[in-house]
Amino acid sequence: MQVSMTVNGEQVTREIEGRLLLVHFLRDELRLTGTHWGCDTSNCGTCVAWLDGEPVKTCTVLAAMAGGHEVRTVEGLEQDGVLDPVQEGFMQCHGLQCGFCTPGMLMTCRALLDRDPDPSEATIREAISGQICRCTGYTSIVRSVQWAAAKERETALHTQTETVGSAS
Amino acid sequence: MTVTQERPGVVEDSDDMDHADNDHHPVGYGRMLRKEDPRFIRGLGQYCDDVQLPGMLHLAILRAPLAHARIVSIDISAAEAHPKVRLVVTGAMLAEKGLAWMPTLSGDVQAVLATDKVRFQGQEVAFVVAEDRYSARDALELIDVDYEPLPVVIDVRTALAPDAPLIRDDLEGKTDNHCFDWETGDKDATEAVFAAADVVTVQDMVYPRVHPAPMETCGAVADVDRVSGKLTLWSTTQAPHAHRTLYAIVAGLPEHKIRVISPDIGGGFGNKVPIYPGYVCAIVGSLLIHKPVKWMEDRSENLVSTGFARDYIMRGEIAATKEGKILAIRTHVLADHGAFNGTAAPVKYPAGFFGVFTGSYDIDAAYCQMTAVYTNKAPGGVAYACSFRITEAVYLVERLVDCLAYDLEMDPVALRRRNLIQPEQFPYTSKTGWVYDSGEYERALDLTLEMAGYDELRREQAEKRERGELMGIGLSFFTEAVGAGPRKDMDILGLGMADGCELRVHPTGKAVVRLSVQSQGQGHETTFAQIVAEEIGIPPEDIDVVHGDTDNTPFGLGTYGSRSTPVSGAAAALVARKVRDKARIIASGMLEVSVADLDWVKGSFHVKGDPGRSVTIQDIAMRAHGAADLPEGIEGGLEAQICYNPENLTYPFGAYLCVVDIDPGTAVVKVRRFIAVDDCGTRINPMIIEGQVHGGLADGVGMALMEMISFDENGTCLSGSFMDYLIPTALEVPHWETGHTVTPSPHHPIGAKGVGESATVGSPPAVVNAVIDALKPYGVRHADMPLTPSRVWDAMRGQATPPI
Repeated sequence: MQVSMTVNGEQVTREIEGRLLLVHFLRDELRLTGTHWGCDTSNCGTCVAWLDGEPVKTCTVLAAMAGGHEVRTVEGLEQDGVLDPVQEGFMQCHGLQCGFCTPGMLMTCRALLDRDPDPSEATIREAISGQICRCTGYTSIVRSVQWAAAKERETALHTQTETVGSAS
Repeated sequence: MTVTQERPGVVEDSDDMDHADNDHHPVGYGRMLRKEDPRFIRGLGQYCDDVQLPGMLHLAILRAPLAHARIVSIDISAAEAHPKVRLVVTGAMLAEKGLAWMPTLSGDVQAVLATDKVRFQGQEVAFVVAEDRYSARDALELIDVDYEPLPVVIDVRTALAPDAPLIRDDLEGKTDNHCFDWETGDKDATEAVFAAADVVTVQDMVYPRVHPAPMETCGAVADVDRVSGKLTLWSTTQAPHAHRTLYAIVAGLPEHKIRVISPDIGGGFGNKVPIYPGYVCAIVGSLLIHKPVKWMEDRSENLVSTGFARDYIMRGEIAATKEGKILAIRTHVLADHGAFNGTAAPVKYPAGFFGVFTGSYDIDAAYCQMTAVYTNKAPGGVAYACSFRITEAVYLVERLVDCLAYDLEMDPVALRRRNLIQPEQFPYTSKTGWVYDSGEYERALDLTLEMAGYDELRREQAEKRERGELMGIGLSFFTEAVGAGPRKDMDILGLGMADGCELRVHPTGKAVVRLSVQSQGQGHETTFAQIVAEEIGIPPEDIDVVHGDTDNTPFGLGTYGSRSTPVSGAAAALVARKVRDKARIIASGMLEVSVADLDWVKGSFHVKGDPGRSVTIQDIAMRAHGAADLPEGIEGGLEAQICYNPENLTYPFGAYLCVVDIDPGTAVVKVRRFIAVDDCGTRINPMIIEGQVHGGLADGVGMALMEMISFDENGTCLSGSFMDYLIPTALEVPHWETGHTVTPSPHHPIGAKGVGESATVGSPPAVVNAVIDALKPYGVRHADMPLTPSRVWDAMRGQATPPI
């Protein structure tokens, strides 16, 4: 069957088998290998990407189900050569070690900050609780998200000040 | 060297990250962001499954549905007829080529594909190579295997019964399921001490089978060049050089025609040390059809068939005076090694380094007797960040000490403090012959207690007990032996455990360092650049670290057992010093003074008494490659290589304290706090050390409370997915509180000891001790891991039973 969708802002169309999972579509068909394949049972979250702005586990979504929708993967986080604050936060706070769970964590955490710009530690832990990291013990991931949230608030404040300044 | 030997203990992380060592010096040790991260946070890591070659085919493995069964027949005709299938191979076909069996890392053999019978559920029976991964899986369904079921051996306690079914009838003359016996210590001396002791505490305990379950499963891409015959193998291996040599031995391929590449690895934890049949199948597939072949196992295959860990049933005995002086420790262990002895441990150490079961205590005598057996379970044994079985040893002794404290009605802190080895006793030779290099144990213990607010916690606990609330405080004190190892004692299949390192400084003063170890997330590209930078004064940003590629790195045994820093880290420091020595001679020529008149100030040589006259390492590098004359006898270029043979192991240690709350209505255990003070000697990058500790603590909480690979009576694995094999998420673990002391290793060139497994080793007994402490009002002295709500509930009702 033919499937078309938008992936990281680009329209893609491919001939696929109906049973093809979105994770394999992204990895094998589009060569977007940042989205990982970890468990097949929606437990580990290494395969998390966005479907219409919501994080989903792409190992349990058929590529066909994404037809006509918008997908965003970790490769789409960096915009015009500028890292997303969540990406920066993970680097600054050692939120990753082997890097395998990282793309899924980044996508979930980006979505979290989009709906809650100042999440508590408990909120962050809850948000990533559908994903497993074997390396970090999670504390540094929590810090990474807090770092990104703080940076975004600071940037927002700065932008606001600038806007006020230019208006006067 | 920035060794801070006299530095007092440091509390870090009580509120936030450790910035104490956050230096922005141009070179050397300190908190430095990782060089690996820019690719990982963009999703641009290159893991095994990301390797895509032109014309690449996909391999899938048919696995045994039964734990013990004779293969009557295999019909592959329907699979071969599948339009997208290119190759189907059975054990019989491999046997014709002499490839049906391969050696394990412990000198046993393991079937690549079963020929005669299957010996564990999940064993490899046949493989298919097809045009895509889904078709390969489809074709597995078309293979028809006729099995004749055989009785199974699942309970390790019955494996040596006279009527037990024989598992290893492939071994000539084998009549039982005995794998090996091993003992250490002095049996008679220990017996004498026990006979005279005031108090003897005995406790049986089980360390259940668990699994490392790295987020990336195991896999490989094999590509045999049909013209040159050269094999390139990308594989999820923690030991690329050792694997290459073994492939040369197994497959008879010339070693120079094998290139093993260990790309980015999505976590190892010991799971990726053994050679798995899947790697060999991928090689065979590529050899037979002259195309690149990829094999990636799925999560179930990873959990069911690859290297497990632990599976020890232990009887621990501890003898003491009634005042709490520990006199002797004795243990008997029954070890379940599964169907093949796939343990990866030095040859002379079939039980790994379990011999350090005397822990951190100064005692008079010790003895251990171990029997290992075969069962119808997956092979493996040493995995999951265990420091070659020190995890089991530390659990044994730390649980025993708490049992003794229970019997003596002593505070577990006071009991430990009374028995810790004292600083002046180092180097300390244990009663099982291990030479502990350095330690200042009480300093670490004191820091832990201070950070935890121990007395206040005990007061809170007393108040809560009055109200019927269950709060527990658990302590553990561990000493590890890492950095295997001295080649006179330690080898794996005859390969000495020394590590090579090469350093080349380019004309412009940038450098490349080539390591024999590789990284599964430990950050070698950063820390090894820092080690070299500290020695030679070139900024770490200017040093490229090459690893994980046998064609481009010197020989060495790989990354496991926390050996990278103790062994390869030493090699990196020494090779840099070798280059610096040459640089000094060249500098003496440039400055026209004798070498004795030069001072090294990180990054440059200065003339003594005239510091204005100096040359930088970058100046020297250019001179070394330039046209001008060099001092007599000095060749051009600025590079060196070394093979470091460690004089001894290193002995990191730490004191951990865990606080738990248990809901008396549901028996759910909540880890409220965890305080970890580690001493890994000289600290290279505190950020990375903290990360290593955090990860290990989560592992420990997982093993103590959640994780277990279990089987039914037929040998069917009941933990074959992440729905059944539970791993902690962010909700099950607390915000870690870490601190450190620094006691450098006296024999290591930079005093570093290794830290990768410390927390996995040290944390399980702290968690279990805390749970048992919480259950004191119920008169519980011991309950086995995993302390799930149902098992805690049973313990509260006096019905604690072993998990197996």
